[in-house]
Amino acid sequence: MNATTIQDKTSTLGGSRAGMSSVDLPRLAAALVIWALLLSAPFWLPLVGGYTVLGTRVLIFALVTLGLNLLLGFTGGLSFGHAAYFGLGAYGTGLMLKFVTASTPLAILVGVLVGGLAATLLGPITVRRKGIYFAMITIAIGQMFYFIAVRWNSLTGGEDGLTGFARTNVHFGGWTLDLHNPTNFYYFTLFFFAIGCFVVWMVLRSPLGHTFVAIRENPKRLRFLGLPIGVYIWIAFAISGFVAALAGSLYALLNNFTSPEDMNWILSGDFVIICVLGGMRTFWGPLVGSVIYVVVQDYLSSITVNWMSFIGAIFVLSVLFFPWGLLGFFQGRFKK
Amino acid sequence: MELLLFNIFNGLIIGIFYALMALGLSLILGLNGIINFSHGGFLALGGYIAYSLSPVIGFWGALIVSPFIVGLLGLVVERILIRPLYSRDPLFSLLLTFGLAMIMEDLIRTFWGANGLPFNVPAALSHPLSQTYFFVTGYRVFLVVLALLAIGSLFALLRYTRIGVRIRAGNADLETVSALGINIYRLRAINFGVGILFAGLAGVLAAGRLGLTPTMGASLIMPSFVAIIVGGVGSLLGSLLGGIIIGVAAGIVTTYYPAASDVVIYVIMAVVLVVRPRGLLGQEGLLE
Amino acid sequence: MSIFDFEDYKINRRTLLKTSAAVGASTLLYPAMSAFAKSDDPIKIGQIDPQTGTYAALGGNQIAGARLAVDQINAKGGVMGRPLQLLVEDSAANVGQSVQKARKLVNRDKVHFLMGAVSSSVALAVSQAAQDMNTIYMDIGGHADAVTGDKCSWNTFRTCSTTWLLTAGDFQAIFDKYGKRWYFITPDYSFGHALHHDYLTQLKKAGGTEAGNALAPLGTTDFSSYLIKAKSANPDALIVLGAGDDMINTLKQATQFGLNKSMGVGGPMMELEVLQSLPDAARYGMWNMEWYWDQPNVPHVADFVDAYRKANGGKTPTARSWFGFASAHALALATEKAKSLDAQKVAKALEGLELPPEVALQPNKAIYRAGDHQLIGSEYPGTIKSGGKYPDLFQVTDVVDSSKIARSVEEKGCRITYPS
Repeated sequence: MNATTIQDKTSTLGGSRAGMSSVDLPRLAAALVIWALLLSAPFWLPLVGGYTVLGTRVLIFALVTLGLNLLLGFTGGLSFGHAAYFGLGAYGTGLMLKFVTASTPLAILVGVLVGGLAATLLGPITVRRKGIYFAMITIAIGQMFYFIAVRWNSLTGGEDGLTGFARTNVHFGGWTLDLHNPTNFYYFTLFFFAIGCFVVWMVLRSPLGHTFVAIRENPKRLRFLGLPIGVYIWIAFAISGFVAALAGSLYALLNNFTSPEDMNWILSGDFVIICVLGGMRTFWGPLVGSVIYVVVQDYLSSITVNWMSFIGAIFVLSVLFFPWGLLGFFQGRFKK
Repeated sequence: MELLLFNIFNGLIIGIFYALMALGLSLILGLNGIINFSHGGFLALGGYIAYSLSPVIGFWGALIVSPFIVGLLGLVVERILIRPLYSRDPLFSLLLTFGLAMIMEDLIRTFWGANGLPFNVPAALSHPLSQTYFFVTGYRVFLVVLALLAIGSLFALLRYTRIGVRIRAGNADLETVSALGINIYRLRAINFGVGILFAGLAGVLAAGRLGLTPTMGASLIMPSFVAIIVGGVGSLLGSLLGGIIIGVAAGIVTTYYPAASDVVIYVIMAVVLVVRPRGLLGQEGLLE
Repeated sequence: MSIFDFEDYKINRRTLLKTSAAVGASTLLYPAMSAFAKSDDPIKIGQIDPQTGTYAALGGNQIAGARLAVDQINAKGGVMGRPLQLLVEDSAANVGQSVQKARKLVNRDKVHFLMGAVSSSVALAVSQAAQDMNTIYMDIGGHADAVTGDKCSWNTFRTCSTTWLLTAGDFQAIFDKYGKRWYFITPDYSFGHALHHDYLTQLKKAGGTEAGNALAPLGTTDFSSYLIKAKSANPDALIVLGAGDDMINTLKQATQFGLNKSMGVGGPMMELEVLQSLPDAARYGMWNMEWYWDQPNVPHVADFVDAYRKANGGKTPTARSWFGFASAHALALATEKAKSLDAQKVAKALEGLELPPEVALQPNKAIYRAGDHQLIGSEYPGTIKSGGKYPDLFQVTDVVDSSKIARSVEEKGCRITYPS
């Protein structure tokens, strides 16, 4: 496959502005502001009524949706089952810490491998179908893992969830990172979030990323060009699966707990709406969506019993009025 | 052996129930191009409305009236919320119905309370028909007969009426149907209403067998999805068949290994997807 | 690729305005505190209970009971002269969410105590999290033995019964009336296993036999295959160990199969909430309750029932309401006794705390046992009134003094150690 030809093709496809421009100043400034805010979050969060653990949750949800968005927003693969890989990462890490090792990094590695490989292995089954059919199959496969977690009592703790493990301190040579401290764990998570951002960003600027966008824009045309579309969607699926597993692994460490709910399709739906809320076709959309969704849910459920109606209304209203998300909306205004 | 026979019979009953759900979902999926996550919400609503109506018009009245009320509500929802989304990516309708399901569950809890409600079926139906085969209760036989009747009339409607023929034609090729001057908006609205009517009917029937709770729809929707995938998207007969297959399979597995009774339907689905990706009776390339 | 890559967005000012109006409407306020000087910082209790999901009704009643208690306490001048404030968080009976809410309540809202839980798994997980955060946790309604048994901890107390107390409450009554061959339908998770184990221990000791045990996954909707197994085993008694929806679905289907005509039906835990949800035909059998509103000879009970009804639109308090009520009072009493909000001091004050009659609302003493932090009060075995009308649905036949049936702290395997 000759990458440059694909790149040429994609830039002419369906009005897509997929070509990579050189340095874009506003964008660079935005990125700098975002990183500055993330790095200083533990200091300003309490001042605005937040708390550090909430910040960590936002990062974890941003990480999983960042990966999902590669598939959903950039490649156009409508996965409604990513909670499964998220949950597999969580269980992988939790079980490692409980039964095998006291090393947090090793447990994370295993969690990422378990979830990521599951996505890689199941990818071929799902990518044979497209569109709405793809969505249904991803949901159903996700639910299969959910029910395995619920019923395999002896290993997973079943409905009660997996307890009895806790994140341990990380040692680098003579230096120890105390992960019990919530602020330290926030930075630990931020480190992995940065890795996730870097990976997704590199993929998106590579020829592979351009092909993903091209597939979303005009799959028929690419198929006529002789491109094995299924293989590319599979690659996007696998990458997003690995990222989701990493996020799930961190989530298990955050709570020192995991349960089948971390695999449920309801959570998959949350992931998708986060992408949509922030802006599916933007790089930072998932982060913005996570901030909105996690904070609003946290706040609403404290003040009203009917929080479900409000969350549901967010789904309905954003679909009807903000289909391209907050970032999409503002960027649209800006350009006009 | 007797136990196995019973469980096959039992699975058949559950399967027909799944099929009833799956048919409504499948109709909407086919012509409206929507995965209706709020189907479970409409199902619960059917049960609850029947509960509120039955003191006034009795069980039989509620059985007939409630599904139609729910169907009408489906028409309203289609007009206001679903219609703007037809030209959009299927992602959006999926998210919309997902949110709608949350709102419906919450509203039901607000109006009728979180506590389960007692729903009485007529005494004539709540007894076993035979002493040896005590599991053949009046209500279960009634449930099967009614479900088959509903499914039969749906197929008759689709086969012999003009609107039915149009729905089927639209299922196969909406653009051509539209080009022939048929109002596809009305067609889709009617189709959505009929699908929801089936959810309402399933809800009334479920209320007689299960507890009437705000979350009752949630546990039934996933097996119905699997039924559609196994049977093949776009084929109503496939949905019927898929529902029965997974119902019976779950019934048999429950006999020998109850813990796997949920997982088995997903395993069947995975096997079907590997061996025959379009499902048992599905058409190639539909809805993709 | 471009990050600013999107197309075909359609939005105008009007739709934007509509959306922001909806968001504005959602900004609700915390209920205002009154009657206390502004300088008095409230003492905060964080309650984590399901308000949505399967256990919403049970959780709602626990919250209503706790609210009533807090109102009563504040009307009488609060705790140590400071107002008591209840912060409620929805757990949706989801363990992960419960743990998050626990951390949020302690880290952000700075609550002094945690309480709540309907399911045992939530109770165990929150207990662990609370211990991490050096905070008292009162398990209101999660029954698994382990909470005050082998997983007990210095910071955790419990108001509702253990699974052992539930089964011991009505074991003898069922055994005497129905006979000695029992068939169990057990929900396949820790709570169900514990109940089964506890009944079986007593059954064997009394010379009975187990005719069979069907493990049904939690949340099963169709119980017919388990019921047919039960029928073919032909036991004297069918023992239903599920709770909530599981119980409702089992009884509804057992009734349609006519099982109650050929065998006795009963179990360790009937709740008024479940009875309310059952159709008339499915209301039968011998069960155990943990508290009942109709206790004509016990002082203060009628007052409590009246006050509760007044505050809750005529709804009758259930055992869950009483759990919440007693838990909030117990925390307040212990704080007053300790004259401190220090977790260890309050824990010591709770140990051996006897609930006063207007809180205990039962003929026997109700004491938080020092050795394992379990409230030892009463059990209410009885029968369902056939043809009864809400709320008069249960006939208590005996009030069992739990201190006579409870297992010792050693038997339960609890050893409490305080951190230094």
